[in-house]
Amino acid sequence: MLKTALRSVASTSRQSNLALRSFTSSPITAFAQPSNETPTPPPGKVPQMKEFKIYRWNPDQPAEKPKLQSYSIDLSQCGPMMLDALIKIKNEVDPTLTFRRSCREGICGSCAMNIDGVNTLACLSRIPKDTKPSKIYPLPHMYIVKDLVPDLTNFYKQYKSIEPYLKNDNPPAKGEFLQSQEDRKKLDGMYECILCACCSTSCPSYWWNQDQYLGPAVLMQAYRWMADSRDAYGAQRKEKMQNSMSLYRCHTIFNCSKTCPKGLNPAMAIAKMKLEMAQDK
Amino acid sequence: MASLSSTFARRSILKAVGTAPTLRCAPSLLLCQKRFATTEAVSSQDEIAILNNQRLKRPISPHLSIYQPQMTWYPSMFHRLTGVALSGGLYLSALAYLTHPYFPALDSAHLVQLVHDSPVWLKGSIKMLFALPFTFHSFNGIRHLLWDVGYGLTLKGVYAGAYAVIGLTTVSSIWLAFFV
Repeated sequence: MLKTALRSVASTSRQSNLALRSFTSSPITAFAQPSNETPTPPPGKVPQMKEFKIYRWNPDQPAEKPKLQSYSIDLSQCGPMMLDALIKIKNEVDPTLTFRRSCREGICGSCAMNIDGVNTLACLSRIPKDTKPSKIYPLPHMYIVKDLVPDLTNFYKQYKSIEPYLKNDNPPAKGEFLQSQEDRKKLDGMYECILCACCSTSCPSYWWNQDQYLGPAVLMQAYRWMADSRDAYGAQRKEKMQNSMSLYRCHTIFNCSKTCPKGLNPAMAIAKMKLEMAQDK
Repeated sequence: MASLSSTFARRSILKAVGTAPTLRCAPSLLLCQKRFATTEAVSSQDEIAILNNQRLKRPISPHLSIYQPQMTWYPSMFHRLTGVALSGGLYLSALAYLTHPYFPALDSAHLVQLVHDSPVWLKGSIKMLFALPFTFHSFNGIRHLLWDVGYGLTLKGVYAGAYAVIGLTTVSSIWLAFFV
């Protein structure tokens, strides 16, 4: 752990002896700090070049069409994950490349993007060792702020709209809400969602109707609160879903469950919600 | 203030990782901070205007064309397409009888004769053209009904179901086209 930290500090400090900070998104020539050292792989490792084709769009030149830009890096001098490659490209090749990242261990959900055709977290996605170029796009069918950064405003608003918190007018007189082990088990597989939006943006229904359809991530959280034995507003929560768009645009396609980087199953949660609503439970 | 605290932060990082050779070589350089850009305060109204102006120009990221073909959304897509094609075909062929006064050849007796006279390979191919979407849509429809009552809602179930539907469709459409 410490060793990795040391290595990362060492590798970034090589290029950035000056501490720089920018507020504009357009490149300033002084920013680029190409290293003069010729990169050599560590002893005992063979250089292995890999091409990455990355979606680029710059809001400062909005008239220019989005394009794929190609970068080649040496995998023997790079960490194993896609996020490592992206950070390496940003550090050493092109500082204008823009993407979100934070925890690098699959718990924050920032680095959600479409890698080789599948929505996933860059930090949990291994770089394939083949020589085929890897294509990296932002999350599909989203408005793009810049490069790999999608505008998630609507997604978060939808999440807010389902009131993702415990609602109960009769709290216990003393202490906390109690819950049986079976009731607690019902929340497993739903509470772990990190809201990275991989599933929602993999859903063709959400592509065509995201202005009204809530999408798998938000619907699974809606069901998470319906299924919670401590919540008293299940009926009202279900009532809000009784229209043709919010819930019933789900056509059980299962792209969401297939793509979830946390291995959750939103399609099943939605199917359960539909079943309960049909049975008027 | 901010720059001060970051200086301290950097100094403590230096202490903590004093063994890293690249950091040891030029510690003084680490302490200078430079900004190439300045920010400008704007009113919240102007902020919204700038944001809305940016939002107007944002492109939509690619979707259908770049998403990996999977056994999840492809069957779903074909289910929709076959449904539209089957019902469209049914309505069109039924409505075609309305043109009988103008095209007297368009009646059941003639059509039966036409099919009767055509060679087996042509008959089979045309029947296949109808049998494939019909059987696929029917079996996939059963899969949907099973999901609706809560069966096969895991990824394993989805894939098993998809392969079962493809197998049943192939066998039953060949049977319908050439052996019925």
